Amino acid sequence: MEHYLLIIISAALINNFVLSQFLGLCPFIGVSKKMDSAMGMGMALIFVLTLSSIIVYLLDTYLLVRLHLEFLRTTTFILVIAALVQLVEMIIQKVSPGLYHALGIYLPLITTNCAVLGVALLNVSEMNNLLESAMNGFGAGLGFVIALLIMSGIRERMEFSRIPESFKGAPIAFIVAGILSLIFLCFKGFAV
Amino acid sequence: MSRWNELTKGIIKENPIFFIMLGLCPTLAVSTKVIYGIGMGIAATFVLIGSNIFISLIRNFIPDKIRIPCYIVVIATFVTIVDYILNAYVQPLHKALGIYIPLIVVNCIILGRAEAYAGQNTVLNSILDAIGMGIGFTLAITLIALIREILGSGTITLQMLGYGWVWEVPVKPMTIMVLPPGALLTIGILMGIINHFKQKEK
Repeated sequence: MEHYLLIIISAALINNFVLSQFLGLCPFIGVSKKMDSAMGMGMALIFVLTLSSIIVYLLDTYLLVRLHLEFLRTTTFILVIAALVQLVEMIIQKVSPGLYHALGIYLPLITTNCAVLGVALLNVSEMNNLLESAMNGFGAGLGFVIALLIMSGIRERMEFSRIPESFKGAPIAFIVAGILSLIFLCFKGFAV
Repeated sequence: MSRWNELTKGIIKENPIFFIMLGLCPTLAVSTKVIYGIGMGIAATFVLIGSNIFISLIRNFIPDKIRIPCYIVVIATFVTIVDYILNAYVQPLHKALGIYIPLIVVNCIILGRAEAYAGQNTVLNSILDAIGMGIGFTLAITLIALIREILGSGTITLQMLGYGWVWEVPVKPMTIMVLPPGALLTIGILMGIINHFKQKEK
């Protein structure tokens, strides 16, 4: 049990995917302007990351490795993720229209989120069982939500502050992300 | 003359990183040493050229509705080729770039060029476009790597497989610049400076 908890904490805080590995940076800068949309994106991402970790693990262990097709990993993973996102979108639309409206536009965006493919590839190279992969995916999603919520909170407040004209928008967002990343570095313990 | 434009537009005017802001994840992650930046740039350029040629060749056969999955398969194939070539011949680089090589697949620059350019233009123009964009990407990533390496470790590394040099720069290293926060701060400040000059022009 402890072991799995450690994987979640490590993926969510210590090796935070956005702030220390730069996976999923584009949506991080893109949708962090408002808190509600940040929450929607985050929830959709946790869901897809956990599910895709499980499916990719099963596919890799029982199909690719068994048939010695490891060289097809990149191609297979990206296609499976794209199909999965589409499928999840259709199922949610049928089963729970409320949730569909909440997640709505954020689901299709996830396909091109490099965090999803990144987690799938990391799972294959580092994790060795199904539950570990799933926990790693969940932790990565959780970490993304934490970072995104903090970021959007800061950016909402920043609307009222005086920023030099040329730094408005993306440049200041990157600098704020840099400072956040500095804070997240403390979870690692600063060894210089 | 217009051919020349196809080639040069990617380098400055439509530079994928600074002006369109595509493909940021690998740029920030691998730019800790100059040589890694150049390596990543060359790998991405190769994929870009290969996929642009291929997509522009088959653009008339792809049904419009499923074009994105088709593009992704083509891109993923070229990424796999690069991954295996690097693993075979330039192992230290393969190790340093690690997970970011397969992640070239989701690099928005490549899918973006396939969708916006190679899907509608002739093979020759697509090649020129790919080379231009590739050079633009490589220059941008190398610039960021140069700033980070000089400030962060006080060296300029142009060494791979025992060839090349490592220069020492008389700067007191600030380790923070080669850590993740340094990358975000560098690109934030660079973008601010570029915006400043853009606004001055208007």
